[in-house]
Amino acid sequence: MQGFAYEAPSSLDALRARLAAAQGAGELTQVLAGGTDLLVQMKQGQRAPGLILDIKRVGETQALTVDGESLTIGASVPAAKAKAFPLVAEAFPGLAHAIDLIGSSQIQGRASLGGNLCNASPAGDTIPALIANGFEAQILTAGGLRTLPVEAFVTGVGKNALASGEVLLALKAPVPGPRSGDAYQRFTPRTEMDIAVVGVGARLTLDDAGVIASARIALGAVAPQAFLAEAAGAALVGTRGEPEALEAAAAAAMAAAKPISDKRGSADFRRRICGVLVKRVVAQALERCTTGGAK
Amino acid sequence: MSEAMDFKVIGTRPIRPDGVDKVTGRASFGADFSLPGMLEGAVLRSPHAHARIKSIKTDAALAAPGVKAVVTGADFPQVAAGAIEGGEGGGDFADLAGNVIARGKVRYHGHAVAAVAAQSRAQALAALALIEVEYEPLPAVLSLDAALAESAPLIDEGLMTSGLPEPATAPSNLASVIEMGNGDLEAGFAEAALIIERRYQTPTVHQGYIEPHACVGRWGQDDQAMLWCCTQGAFDVRSMTAKVLGQPVGSLKVIPSEIGGGFGGKTTVYLEPLALQLSKKSGRPVRMVMTREEVFRATGPASAATIDLRMGFSQDGKITAAEATMAYEAGAFPGSPVGPGTMCVFAPYRIANFRIKGMDVLVNKPKAAAYRAPGAPQALFATESAMDEAAEKLGIDPIELRLRNAVEEGDSAIYGPKFGPIGLRACLEAAAAHPHYTKAKDAGVGRGVAVGFWFNVGLQSSAEVHINEDGTVTVIEGNPDIGGSRASMALMAAETLGVPYESVRVVVADTETAGFSNVTGGSRVTFATGMAVVEASKDIIAQCCSRAASLWSTDEDMVEWRDGAVHPRPGVNVEATPLSLKDLAGQAGRMGGPLLGKASLNARGAGPGFSVNLCDALVDQETGQVQVKAFTAIQDAGKAIHPSYVEGQLQGGAVQGIGWALNEEYVYSPEGVMENAGFLDYRIPVASDLPMIDTQIIEVPNPGHPYGVRGVGETPIVAPLAAVANAVSASAGVRMTELPLSPPRVLEALDQA
Ligand SMILES: Cc1cc2nc3c(=O)[nH]c(=O)nc-3n(C[C@H](O)[C@H](O)[C@H](O)COP(=O)(O)OP(=O)(O)OC[C@H]3O[C@@H](n4cnc5c(N)ncnc54)[C@H](O)[C@@H]3O)c2cc1C
Repeated sequence: MQGFAYEAPSSLDALRARLAAAQGAGELTQVLAGGTDLLVQMKQGQRAPGLILDIKRVGETQALTVDGESLTIGASVPAAKAKAFPLVAEAFPGLAHAIDLIGSSQIQGRASLGGNLCNASPAGDTIPALIANGFEAQILTAGGLRTLPVEAFVTGVGKNALASGEVLLALKAPVPGPRSGDAYQRFTPRTEMDIAVVGVGARLTLDDAGVIASARIALGAVAPQAFLAEAAGAALVGTRGEPEALEAAAAAAMAAAKPISDKRGSADFRRRICGVLVKRVVAQALERCTTGGAK
Repeated sequence: MSEAMDFKVIGTRPIRPDGVDKVTGRASFGADFSLPGMLEGAVLRSPHAHARIKSIKTDAALAAPGVKAVVTGADFPQVAAGAIEGGEGGGDFADLAGNVIARGKVRYHGHAVAAVAAQSRAQALAALALIEVEYEPLPAVLSLDAALAESAPLIDEGLMTSGLPEPATAPSNLASVIEMGNGDLEAGFAEAALIIERRYQTPTVHQGYIEPHACVGRWGQDDQAMLWCCTQGAFDVRSMTAKVLGQPVGSLKVIPSEIGGGFGGKTTVYLEPLALQLSKKSGRPVRMVMTREEVFRATGPASAATIDLRMGFSQDGKITAAEATMAYEAGAFPGSPVGPGTMCVFAPYRIANFRIKGMDVLVNKPKAAAYRAPGAPQALFATESAMDEAAEKLGIDPIELRLRNAVEEGDSAIYGPKFGPIGLRACLEAAAAHPHYTKAKDAGVGRGVAVGFWFNVGLQSSAEVHINEDGTVTVIEGNPDIGGSRASMALMAAETLGVPYESVRVVVADTETAGFSNVTGGSRVTFATGMAVVEASKDIIAQCCSRAASLWSTDEDMVEWRDGAVHPRPGVNVEATPLSLKDLAGQAGRMGGPLLGKASLNARGAGPGFSVNLCDALVDQETGQVQVKAFTAIQDAGKAIHPSYVEGQLQGGAVQGIGWALNEEYVYSPEGVMENAGFLDYRIPVASDLPMIDTQIIEVPNPGHPYGVRGVGETPIVAPLAAVANAVSASAGVRMTELPLSPPRVLEALDQA
């Protein structure tokens, strides 16, 4: 590992100023949240930043709040805290499960959702759950703030939409209403300490009559980045999640998936598991529409 | 030994002497040692699986900042061929030397080509990048079929197959052939009502010890050298390193650190000769520590194997004939454990008509190293899968089928000797009665049974017992403690001397302090080194009796050792109070000097170890994923000196075997580059993948040991492969014959069912 400078600005303004200075000086800068991706990558020689900017002292990145109709999770909030936040645990059990899949208790004491998203691994566990739940990314820019839906934030393997000098500040989503449920499941050969071969997130909302009024299905590890499988969601809307509807959603998801073959699974295997998981995840989210969801 | 021994401390479960240091992090492991002025070494490894080295230029590396020495194959002597004795892996010194550093040719991706010592690791790594190696890449041979094909590229152009009836006339990748047999094979098959004939395959796997290889080497100006390292055998490191460096054994002192797992993989040398040669060139001590990636790319896999099996059964389940053709991957140099594989494959059963052929085959992968019961897990995966299938087809309970064929005391083992008392039948009967076996299976769950076997070995061991002036006891021996052996040695010394366990300390000493002992391997330490400790303790007792007799002015046969003290024999008319070890130790100066007992021996009479494993598994029919729902390991330990550590061996072996069965495998690119050289993608089971591994210790004492001990360390990994595969086959409804049973493979099999 090479030598580097470490700084931890303690306000939004200080962070913005430091970013601008670094950009001006052409310093190779890497933002640090929990460091559970970054440090590993530095040790493996994949990254060699000259400046590490720790954002954890910037209050906005540590926010964990419900403000009327929306939930805000600061970009550097540790996973352990996020998953235990009452609203997350109650109204976003799928997201809470996705967070809980990251590494182990030790890792979750550090790892953040912002880091998981910015790292933009196709297999990052929270990303499909964030997309399914309609989270948007709040981004600090040189001149102010901008927002992007999470599905537009991830742009490729390890790539995100942040321009140089920009930082993710927080993730924000609408608090779900009644008769709504989410779910996330991933497939891994092992039960833990493994990387998703396929990950599927879903958020369903029913109308008064129990018919699916909206459905967002997001897929991970079957394309360069996690994405919203719109056709899969559309296949469910207007149904009650009958077996044929699940089959149709699975077929649509499998058609949208563009997996590669690698040491973690062949493209065919991944596509097939994707179909299986879509059915299981939708069934679980559907159940939560009646038993769980916001009270 | 008497059947009904009344033990005082043997069989109890005290805390191990090395326990506190290990759980508090104070124990020093291989990478923890450092010396003033020490340099850090790093290895340049081959980027090709198979290539000729045309030239190596090291000038730029040597001139780089901080660099003090560079070595290549040219810095090492040519080593003459000669068998390595007493190790687990066996093999040949010339091959060992060729594996330590490549000369002329690289034989696998990761093969060491050069090494650098510099003031910091970063400088050493930077210098590696400056070494220019010109390669002529050659086609890589990556499977048994490819290696044995007609026009296969030759890994060793001079390799002539040994063991053929007629001497080989042309070189090939087939290093050796072993054949054995008895009876009339075809008559046996003609008699059979059922014949199971299948090909079974197992992948290349790693021992997966948590501690990467590490050492510090220091070469002295007087040509006396010292090595601090993590190893299963300091004396083996000494002989191997001395041979690779062309030095006399006596010029090298090896000091073993604590060891973070070895499982057979730390019975050979990789870094040690490099560190010493770098130290010699630089005049400084040199530390070398592998990364996990290097551990995967360049050290000890267990051989992948292909076994063609044919077994015939009568209607009532008697084996009428059995035939096995077994090919094991040796890696880049000869020496797979196919030999023990052939000896184990049918060892649990009485078979009048059999033929076994073994083949040791070179491929462009790292040189295979020992891994718990080397060769046996692959072999018994095949046999025990076939036994399971036969039980199913004959409609006989799988345990009953094995009981009908099980070897017993007095039977001749397929590999030669007559069995003494053995515990196979007792294990099978215990399995049949075990609640795991008698309780109903949950829906969809498959249940698998399999037998495990390992010879266990004796070999050479030494021990000294020192009685300190207050009567406490120091035991000095030379076998690194991997599985709690200090505790077992202390228990055996305490039992023999009649003193409390807590008064005995056991020291694992270096090669100049302890008497010679072979490697910690072959499940031999509690048996053979234990025997040396017991004999050295008896030496102390004899000295105590002699001293007491002279004090009491009587003959030695008038006194006896009882409850930790010398007493006059019952009926002997001597006015004397018994003299304890403490009494005699306190007066040692007046009675001939310190009490020092010693023993050195070549232990005979190792007792074979049998086991039976039960596994419940559930296959997800949509994804092919396997859940192990329950697992029970039953094994004959002879006598469990410290039952917790025996149970630990049973559980650890089960977990490693489950990993081998389910997800562990080397994934290679077509060019021969391992693609999963890390614990993320080389999937050892994690705790949440496993049920609690239940254990049951059977004790059929081994008459060859004073307390009845058999080795227990290796047998536990043998049965799980087939136990899991049989359970998975039952749950999936399709016979699984190729490991690992990873989700894609199981799903594919489900599709074809
Ligand atoms: C043992 C282990 C197990 C793991 N298991 C899993 C798992 O099961 N599932 C999974 O998805 N991941 C897993 N991970 C990966 C990792 O823990 C997660 O991706 C985690 O969420 C990363 O968060 P972090 O805060 O540690 O990110 P960091 O390492 O701090 O940052 C990750 C990347 O994002 C950038 N970054 C971070 N925050 C910002 C920001 N606010 N603005 C701009 N850029 C930013 C950093 O510069 C860096 O490039 C595992 C990691 C380890 C070490």
